[in-house]
Amino acid sequence: MSAAAETVSAGSARTARIVIYSLLVLLALVYLLPLYVMLTTSFKSLAEIRGGDMLALPRDPSWEAWTKAWGQACIGVTCEGIKGYFWNSIRMVVPAVLISTVLGALNGYVLTKWRFPGHKLVFGLMLFACFIPFQAVLIPMARVLGIFGLANSTTGLVFVHVVYGLGFTTLFFRNYYEAFPDELIKAAMIDGAGFFKIFWRILLPSSGPIIVVTIIYQFTNIWNDFLFGVSFSSGAESPMTVALNNLVSSSTGVKEYNVDMAAAVFAALPTLFVYIVAGRYFVRGLMAGAVKG
Amino acid sequence: MTTIEPVPIVTPERPRRSFTARLGTLLPKIVLAPSFAITLIFVYGFILWTVYLSFTRSRILPVYDLVGLDAYYRLWSQPNWYMAIKNLAIFGVLYISLCTAIGLFIAILMDQRIRAEGLLRPIFLYPMALSFVVTGTAWKWFLNPGLGLEKTMHNLGWESFKFDWLVNTDMAIYTIVIAGVWQASGFVMAMFLAGLRGIDGEIIKAAQIDGAPVFAIYRRIIIPMLRPVFLSAFIVLAHMAIKSYDLVIALTGGGPGNATELPSTFMYSYTFTRSQMAVGSASAVMMLMGITAIIVPYLYSELREKRS
Repeated sequence: MSAAAETVSAGSARTARIVIYSLLVLLALVYLLPLYVMLTTSFKSLAEIRGGDMLALPRDPSWEAWTKAWGQACIGVTCEGIKGYFWNSIRMVVPAVLISTVLGALNGYVLTKWRFPGHKLVFGLMLFACFIPFQAVLIPMARVLGIFGLANSTTGLVFVHVVYGLGFTTLFFRNYYEAFPDELIKAAMIDGAGFFKIFWRILLPSSGPIIVVTIIYQFTNIWNDFLFGVSFSSGAESPMTVALNNLVSSSTGVKEYNVDMAAAVFAALPTLFVYIVAGRYFVRGLMAGAVKG
Repeated sequence: MTTIEPVPIVTPERPRRSFTARLGTLLPKIVLAPSFAITLIFVYGFILWTVYLSFTRSRILPVYDLVGLDAYYRLWSQPNWYMAIKNLAIFGVLYISLCTAIGLFIAILMDQRIRAEGLLRPIFLYPMALSFVVTGTAWKWFLNPGLGLEKTMHNLGWESFKFDWLVNTDMAIYTIVIAGVWQASGFVMAMFLAGLRGIDGEIIKAAQIDGAPVFAIYRRIIIPMLRPVFLSAFIVLAHMAIKSYDLVIALTGGGPGNATELPSTFMYSYTFTRSQMAVGSASAVMMLMGITAIIVPYLYSELREKRS
């Protein structure tokens, strides 16, 4: 659907095209600017940053800030860079995404194909859980994690992310399976297939797209989480986002903007990579989380 | 049209149901039960726990003697809390309206049969993939009064250019708006673009044949048809605005002073650093009420529509 450039004469249509394209290019440049500045700054030396122009390309690009951010930068009392925190995040994200996705798939399956009285209420309660401000559960969660000895551990964070990701994963799979024809399920039942066999043989093989959407959505959300990370972990157990914030906001010593920016790019790389490889699915996940299929 | 009578299902007689058969019928519920139990305990149980704490005198550790609305009185007598509410109002209004306006504007531009759409779309959307902490870090540097945008403008010859919003008490909240809009407006654009693609082209063609100018077609026909998208965008953005925490922490740390305090930062600092757990809980309850007021009617109407 496009309404422009058809009711107007050829000359002004041409002008309109030029205006549209220049506006779009200008806006695109504005959106790219912070990333550009982040990248160029990370390749500059501190002297060049202090004396030079933020928008200029690095005169003498070097990986120095990158290696320092990865292996030597001081975060808190340790000076071993962000690599440990990067791995913390990986160790947190992978199990949390897998567990919440598997549970979400099974929940969605039950809530669409094995309905019981009250299934709507169950789904409604799980759905609302997606939207609560997590501030409303922070204090009890901190207590409970402490009681079970999971405070300040990756296991604790995995648990927290599974718990508060369940609503979204269930929502995604429920809406996807809702559209899956019931007749196929019924036919399989008549053939004597049981609960898990139907799921495994009939639903799962056609769930590819929604699995990708869910994994990407969960991966992005959990990797980018800050609130849970900062509340339930500290020191060497922190995830990447918390370490980045500690690095950037620390006020001791010389402020190394190039190292800050390199660390920020490290924190952004995994999600940016996923976005570039599977952007289509990323957007679908966002939309499904927002508009509800 | 003839209606097909449902075939009566002949249930085979089962004198006693075996254990496995009973397990079979219960299995779906057994599979769902852990998730549902987790939700009940860790979401609703914890919310009740937080509400309970807000009626106590808890300070550094939770205590469980009820003292009524004491924490709420203290909350609403904190200048900091008023600052947080005022900032949320400024941030919320600007964030939602700017994201919507810019998102719609770019979506309309993108809907003009653009050649490079596949190239442009990801450029507007990639900020959404970044963590708020990364966004905050990037903008903190970009808007750095000494070395960032200000210095760049000076280098370009605009000597009198001044941009100190990050350290300016009155303006700091607007830096959060700028970074927030940069991050989320592309997503709103994608929502509007999907909405625009869903509009029936015939209606627009008819208007064009009638000789309506492009601008009027958008204003009178297309934009009103996007009402559901406006609603969705509003819900998503309002929800994100109330929950905003990471961005503020990374960009301004709530400062200078308390200039960019939001309810989320207020809750965190009162609970975990200022040892005012009851007041922190009360502020969390306020945030929950705010979000509930927005989300529940929306979810209710969405679930109802599906039924009909």
